[in-house]
Amino acid sequence: MEPAGWIVMLVSVGAVLALVSYCLVKVFSLPPVEMDELKGPLEIDTRDTENAD
Amino acid sequence: MEREHWGTRIGVILAVAGSAVGLGNFLRFPGNAAQNGGGAFMLPYFISLLVLGIPLCWAEWTMGRYGGTKGFNSAPGIYSVIWRNRAAKYFGGVALLIPLIIYMYYVLIEAWCLGYAINYLTGDLLVETGSAVNDFVQEAQQKAGGELAPEVAKAKGFDAFFENFVGQNADGALLEAENRKWLWVLVGTFLLNFVLIYRGVTKGIESFCRVAMPVLLLLAIVVLVRVLTLGAPIEDKPERSVVEGLGFMWNPKPDKLRDPQTWLAASGQIFFSLSVGFGIIINYASYLREKDDVVLSGLTSSSMNEFFEVCLGGLITIPAAFVFLGAAIGDYTGTAFALGFRALPNVFAGMWGGQFFGFLWFFMLFTAAVTSSVSMLQPVIAFFEEGFGLKRHASAAILGLLSALGCGFVLYHSKGLLALDTFDFWVGNVLIFILAMVQAIIYGWIFGIQRGHEEAHKGAHIRIPWFVQLMLKYVVPVYLLAIFVLFCFEKLPSSDKLAFEFAAETSDELPRETEAVPVPPELREGFAANEAKLDDEATIEFNAEAAVWTIDDKERLPAYVLMREERTHVLQIRRGDEVVLTKDVINSQPSIEALEAGGLSPALRAALEARGLKLPETVEVEAADDDAWQLVGESDKVLLRIERVALDAPAEVLAVKRYAMGYFETFLRRPVVMSSILFIAAVLGFLMLLIHIAGRRWQAEGRFDRPD
Repeated sequence: MEPAGWIVMLVSVGAVLALVSYCLVKVFSLPPVEMDELKGPLEIDTRDTENAD
Repeated sequence: MEREHWGTRIGVILAVAGSAVGLGNFLRFPGNAAQNGGGAFMLPYFISLLVLGIPLCWAEWTMGRYGGTKGFNSAPGIYSVIWRNRAAKYFGGVALLIPLIIYMYYVLIEAWCLGYAINYLTGDLLVETGSAVNDFVQEAQQKAGGELAPEVAKAKGFDAFFENFVGQNADGALLEAENRKWLWVLVGTFLLNFVLIYRGVTKGIESFCRVAMPVLLLLAIVVLVRVLTLGAPIEDKPERSVVEGLGFMWNPKPDKLRDPQTWLAASGQIFFSLSVGFGIIINYASYLREKDDVVLSGLTSSSMNEFFEVCLGGLITIPAAFVFLGAAIGDYTGTAFALGFRALPNVFAGMWGGQFFGFLWFFMLFTAAVTSSVSMLQPVIAFFEEGFGLKRHASAAILGLLSALGCGFVLYHSKGLLALDTFDFWVGNVLIFILAMVQAIIYGWIFGIQRGHEEAHKGAHIRIPWFVQLMLKYVVPVYLLAIFVLFCFEKLPSSDKLAFEFAAETSDELPRETEAVPVPPELREGFAANEAKLDDEATIEFNAEAAVWTIDDKERLPAYVLMREERTHVLQIRRGDEVVLTKDVINSQPSIEALEAGGLSPALRAALEARGLKLPETVEVEAADDDAWQLVGESDKVLLRIERVALDAPAEVLAVKRYAMGYFETFLRRPVVMSSILFIAAVLGFLMLLIHIAGRRWQAEGRFDRPD
């Protein structure tokens, strides 16, 4: 593998890793959603699967 | 009816990332990169990501959430509230058609992945006595009278296994008794998608993606670790190491940046990979609440997709294939199917723990495919629900019937995978460009960038720089249009490419009949000597007016064109100051064209080897100047210099050109292609009719009367 290949690979992988890490750190460090808006996946009942047409 | 919403912030991010991460990340990206300049491909790739991909994602997220807050989840409704024009909803029809048609063939490929994973569990993809693939290897060897090298026989065996598995040899092959067991895998895959979609956005898609995405990551990391620790497993081929495999993928070939095809491939990859222009993100974003963030979420899901593509796909597929197949991997990088289903099983066959890692690999592809395919159903389900007030049972049933019809169409027309290719070309390529352009114009010129900027920042956790909005209005549509025109120019017309040459006198011995006659044995031998495939039933006919011979394949479609041409240059090969070979005029021109494309023609390699000049497998071709190239080996050592030298007088040759039918000609000549396009048109017509009816209903209900 040529030095240029190493550079391109490390820069590409590094840039993507930096971006995804920044985004995930930001997402997970956000305060939780306010209580009146908090709805877990299993608490929602859209009722659209009842009484099928 | 209470509107559905995503349950959690990370849930929607994983769902959108799951939609984007699919087979394209692991198969299409590495093949595209290796074929279009290696590391140099990353420049147009990242430019396309920054200029097209991420800005368009943000536009789709913003418009989707805006439409959702106005009570719409489907593209026809969302476009209508953004653009208060009767025509707006019909553009939304394209955003329904794209995911629906793609689902029809994508679910089939998904079932192949599951089928291959099962074949690893049963041992049928191991080259061992009694396994299915071994039978194909033996058959290939028998056909060749036992003269094939073991590696070649194995490669042919895996090719034949795939062709048989997907029914590539005849229409309806998968419905024959011996293949029917795999239909159950398809039925199971189809049902899994519908169970997930039936459970709804939060209980179905979100819950599944919250589990599937971490599993996918884990599987990919296990496979990555295995690949990176392969070393150089073939004892007598130490040059085939993982590091050299990484070099095959990442070494930059800057010359390729001058080729428009590289830029086209990079932007196409970004589109396909990020699911931009699919009509999916706009639908998913519509389930957000008004104050939910779209900017950070959009960027996070895009960057997750890039992580799977560049950091995992870019390090796994090509290096693994190179280690076991060497430079022959170049034959497989043209299509995702060849790389994924022909080359890699051959790789696992040679790898320690191949059965386990083969299973993991295909199960990983299957998981990635499910998170994508399930997202393709939701836009249409949402339209049925809000357009006609249907409950999910009824919407899922209608969509199930419609998609099963399309899937059956693709499944039956399996010969040469023509129906699948046609659906993929016209919908998975052409229409996504068109929809992306429509969305860029709706966002930039109708919704307005000022309004878009304000709307995007409601509840946003990071800021979008203002110049991105300017790019969305001015740069993105022009960039898209330029790529689209280039794409049409490249793909639609037929073309021919010089393959090899015979002596000019050969044309005196060719048939002069203007009706098709069998190809004479001498000509067949000439083709075989140049490693060119010719069907047993191929015919040749002469066009006296144009002085051109056409060779048709067994389906009576043009495969080669032969004509006399003049040549003005030959090649001279030097080692230091010594001229070691002056190439014969025959096959000089194909060699020059190969050198200009950064490769070495088989004819030139053979001529060099005939002079005792053995070259390493992965020799690099570098342009020295306009008329000279250098062959570079390991440690950047210049092995040979090749120069283009003008002849004193032009010489004649008989040029053999490989004919590639463009999509226009394919449409006219192949009934399956024509019927596939008519099928797509019929589905579009049906959706437009439904949109028309739904639009009248929304109008009557006063759904558009809410203030902005």
